[in-house]
Amino acid sequence: MNKLPRFYTFAAPSRFYRLAGWTVPWFYAVAVVFALAGLYMGFFVAPVDATQGNAYRIIFIHVPAAWMSMVLYMAMAGWAAVGWAFNARMASMLARALAPTGAAFTFLALWTGAFWGKPTWGAWWVWDARLTSELILLFLYLGFMALVEAIDDTRRADQAGALLAIVGAVNVPIIYFSVRWWNTLHQGASISMTAAPSMASTMLTSMLLMTVACWSYAFAVVFVRARAIVLERERTTEWVQTLLGSSLEGAS
Amino acid sequence: MNGLVAILMRDLRLASRRPTEALMPVVFFVVAASLFPFGVGPEPAMLKQIAPGIVWVCALLSSMLSLGGMYAGDYSDGSLEQMLISGTSALEVAVAKCTAHWLMSGLPLLLVSPVLGLLFGMETDAIGVLMLGLLLGTPVLSLLGGVGSALTLGLRNTAILILLIVLPLCIPVLIFGAGAVSAYEVGLAPTGHFYLLGALLLLSALGAPLATASALRISV
Repeated sequence: MNKLPRFYTFAAPSRFYRLAGWTVPWFYAVAVVFALAGLYMGFFVAPVDATQGNAYRIIFIHVPAAWMSMVLYMAMAGWAAVGWAFNARMASMLARALAPTGAAFTFLALWTGAFWGKPTWGAWWVWDARLTSELILLFLYLGFMALVEAIDDTRRADQAGALLAIVGAVNVPIIYFSVRWWNTLHQGASISMTAAPSMASTMLTSMLLMTVACWSYAFAVVFVRARAIVLERERTTEWVQTLLGSSLEGAS
Repeated sequence: MNGLVAILMRDLRLASRRPTEALMPVVFFVVAASLFPFGVGPEPAMLKQIAPGIVWVCALLSSMLSLGGMYAGDYSDGSLEQMLISGTSALEVAVAKCTAHWLMSGLPLLLVSPVLGLLFGMETDAIGVLMLGLLLGTPVLSLLGGVGSALTLGLRNTAILILLIVLPLCIPVLIFGAGAVSAYEVGLAPTGHFYLLGALLLLSALGAPLATASALRISV
């Protein structure tokens, strides 16, 4: 009577492996389609900004990347905590798979921010609150990745990484506000949940299209990486042996 | 509670038997801070302006350097494991070790900092503000450092891993500690910074030992 599989059946690595393998091409397709649509809107439909000229157009990748960097850190800390608390192996593997993508988006946000800063502020980098806290977020990602890579025992690595991710997540708001009080000269937030957006609707549309593309891309690469981690960790199990055996036969 | 005091006294006694080793962080603190005038030039006005930042950054690095040895010695000879199975809770071990670390690395920094303040031409009042900031801030460094130290037990490249993990978490302490002196020197009241440092101290005193205890249970 319950035909739909329940969510947590995918906590089993073998089922997750199949589900992820099935969804990855779709996520890639959605990412490509939305990125093309968003870039077209952003470059050809959205108007030139009154004060910043064409330089503002990097917002279409900068803002989604910055959003993703923060969302992925929270997702990473959340899955790591679930993996630690409930001893769910798949959750820990997801946390491990999320970290490099999060770090990549953080780096992308910083890099595109520098490209945006040069024409508008006249400097590649200013020590402003949002830039600085994004840089510290990159350090937190690097610390997490360095710690889990340094520990050979996977169980200990997962638990230690989870603890560090949770401590980092608790510290993120503290770091953010301390950096903000320390210095601020960044322009105000372009989008807020309470006030009406201060940007043209075509700009907003293309930014949201790019956001969907970034989400979809993140799902795709994280699932690919998680599948690789599953294979590596479960290499002694029967289902992986069967899977590898059949794929080897297919190749030969 | 007995276990806590016993571990604390033992660590202090061990340090007193090897005084040179125990003094190394302080020597590093002074040497590192006195390198800055060679780098930025001897102009008194410039040195006075950057003095609080230099003292704080060097204090941060110096207490990070001594973190590697916080649990490592006891871990490698097995006594940490004995402490944990002896009925002393991991939380007590964490609190004792943090306190010992602060007494051996934080407190000496605090006592030496006036000398550095004078070297950089700071006023007596400003030195007082600096010391009060260090008094509130250095325990936070030991507390957060304990988490990093316990997480990296027995790994390769422990020293650099601890730096990578703990330094980003210490940035708020650095901001408010150095900010208190800078605020005082431009004629603003440093009390706000002290309240925030105090809040950080309370928060980390409540949270960090728990995290360290969990880290010890994970690592040992």
